[in-house]
Amino acid sequence: MTFPPSAATAPQGAVRDASTITLSGLRKRFGGDAVALDGVDLTIRAGEFFTLLGPSGCGKTTLLRILAGLEAPDDGTLTIGGRDVTTTAPHLRSVNTVFQSYALFPHLSVRENIAFGLRMKGVPVDERRRRVDHIAEFIKLGALLDRGVNQLSGGQRQRVALARALVCEPDVLLLDEPLSALDAGLRTQLQVELQRTQKRLGMTFVFVTHDQDEAMVMSDRIAVLDNGVIQQVGAPHEVYERPVNAFVAKFMGHVNLFAIEQLDHTRVVTALGTLTMDKPLEENARAGMLLIRQEVIELGHAVSEGYNGLEGVVKERHYRGSRIEYRLEVNGVTLMATAGNLGQRLYAVGDTVTVSIHPEDVVGLDA
Amino acid sequence: MAQPPYPPARQRRTLSPDTRHLLWSVAPGVVWIVIFLVLPSLYLIGVAFMTNGPYGQPQMPLSLESFRQLAGFGFLGWSPGNLYTLLRSLWQTVIATGLVILIAYPLAYHISISPRQWRAIMLLAVVVPSWTNQVIRAFGWMNLLSPGTPLSQVAQFFGLIGPNMGLYPSNFAVTLGLIYNFLPFMVLPLYAAFEKLDAGLIEAARDLYASPVRAFWHAVFPQTLSGLLAGTVLVSIPAFGMYVVPELLGGGRAMMLGSLVAGQFSGGSNWPLGAAGALIMLLATLGGLYAMRKVGRRLGGGEEVVI
Repeated sequence: MTFPPSAATAPQGAVRDASTITLSGLRKRFGGDAVALDGVDLTIRAGEFFTLLGPSGCGKTTLLRILAGLEAPDDGTLTIGGRDVTTTAPHLRSVNTVFQSYALFPHLSVRENIAFGLRMKGVPVDERRRRVDHIAEFIKLGALLDRGVNQLSGGQRQRVALARALVCEPDVLLLDEPLSALDAGLRTQLQVELQRTQKRLGMTFVFVTHDQDEAMVMSDRIAVLDNGVIQQVGAPHEVYERPVNAFVAKFMGHVNLFAIEQLDHTRVVTALGTLTMDKPLEENARAGMLLIRQEVIELGHAVSEGYNGLEGVVKERHYRGSRIEYRLEVNGVTLMATAGNLGQRLYAVGDTVTVSIHPEDVVGLDA
Repeated sequence: MAQPPYPPARQRRTLSPDTRHLLWSVAPGVVWIVIFLVLPSLYLIGVAFMTNGPYGQPQMPLSLESFRQLAGFGFLGWSPGNLYTLLRSLWQTVIATGLVILIAYPLAYHISISPRQWRAIMLLAVVVPSWTNQVIRAFGWMNLLSPGTPLSQVAQFFGLIGPNMGLYPSNFAVTLGLIYNFLPFMVLPLYAAFEKLDAGLIEAARDLYASPVRAFWHAVFPQTLSGLLAGTVLVSIPAFGMYVVPELLGGGRAMMLGSLVAGQFSGGSNWPLGAAGALIMLLATLGGLYAMRKVGRRLGGGEEVVI
């Protein structure tokens, strides 16, 4: 069994090759019909902040548990750093987990909790102490070391759970919705801190969440899962701006999806009207849907040059402070549009407006 | 004018209806405990410091004679008999409690992971024997273990006991009787602990490089500690003072503390000596409880585990 290099030998920010993860043909089924994973192929690069995103029951937590060794796949292989660890026991993998419930040991102090992994690995007492002190300073836990874990707030527990995993310097750190129990303000703050920590350590992070905003803010790459199948893998902007199918589009928060009724090269006919795309949909693309993101729609009194032009009526207006959302009716179909609040005149309910959509922003995807 | 925040002084002295209601509801229990526990205990302590009369009745003057006698000083000089009795009782308690733990721990775990519909039945099977009077159960064991019974013959076959002997009467029979008697008191609190076991902690320990054995020790055992200590208290205290089982199954061969005390109140007729013995037992029990509380605190990371 190889232990990760200690902080002394691994320069901060250095990417460790030992942590490339490959999953191939992973399948997992729980008693009866419940399919958790249905053939997952995935490569997670060393030093990457990788997020598994999907609704509850999509298989993301099962996938994480297989990486940790807490669950065995029915089929398929898993390698970490080129080594097949499909059947390796959890305590023999250089992988640590930050659990959703934190799973801190209630009978141990904060210091003992953080030192637990090092103690199990047989790290000598004085080095253990030094490393715990070091990580406590890094995670800003110093003042809490001698407390019992029952005396901590939610945010503090989250930090202890993170410190307990990080202090072991694993090849891969797994995070199972570690922020879901925290309130919004703290969550935003910890998202940034987690991302910063990951970049500083150069460690591979695999993060599980059902919150697409959280995934986009933190990740280098995102895999969107549904029904145990990976729908799309890509950088946040790829997944958000070019979703491959309706599921991913809806999950990323898009609402303007229209079935393609007729397709002629770059001209598409939908219930919304006839639109032009910047380039024809690929020959083999099973494109059956069009996506128009809310924020790319321009409202005005005249159609912009080179844009698709439509006419709509404002049905509802939602003021969100930094932006304004309009629910429009265009050719009897609902279209949502978001305009940044730049101090412009707001449209009132009942106003007739022109809708301008650039051909580049008309995106085709699978139904 | 606004209402004063609390009633004026004169009214404050009367109890609120809630408090009065509460006092009435606990009163019967308090009266019961005072009459049947507190007063007799005080009387017992008093008797222990009195002198033995010619007919075994306690009388004045106050003296430490009973404690001297209990420590082994008779009119024939010092003998270690009573000390042996005390040690024998302690040893028997430790052995019986230890064996009960060894049986109850895996049993409680097994019940806790059994299918839900079976659990109640399995727990019932553990508890039902204690619904029968312990004297009757002791006689039952006598019938099973006396010379000539199949169990005794099996033991003879393996050379565990001599020819024409039985497993009863013996220390073995006493230990068996104690285990049989006290098993439910260990299984139930342990089952309660296993039932609410947080499996997440086991996974966390495994994830943090603990082998299965160490994960048990660091993540399972601490979670069952409160149940284990509660069971130990429930088993060891009555086992220490047990009278019926050693008397019947031991065949009166090896004197136990419970028998010693009982003897002074019936046959031997030395109430002060019996009272002194009972007092020593009480103190030993309190000492044991205190020690267990300490152990519980240490292992439980400062949490109150016992009582």
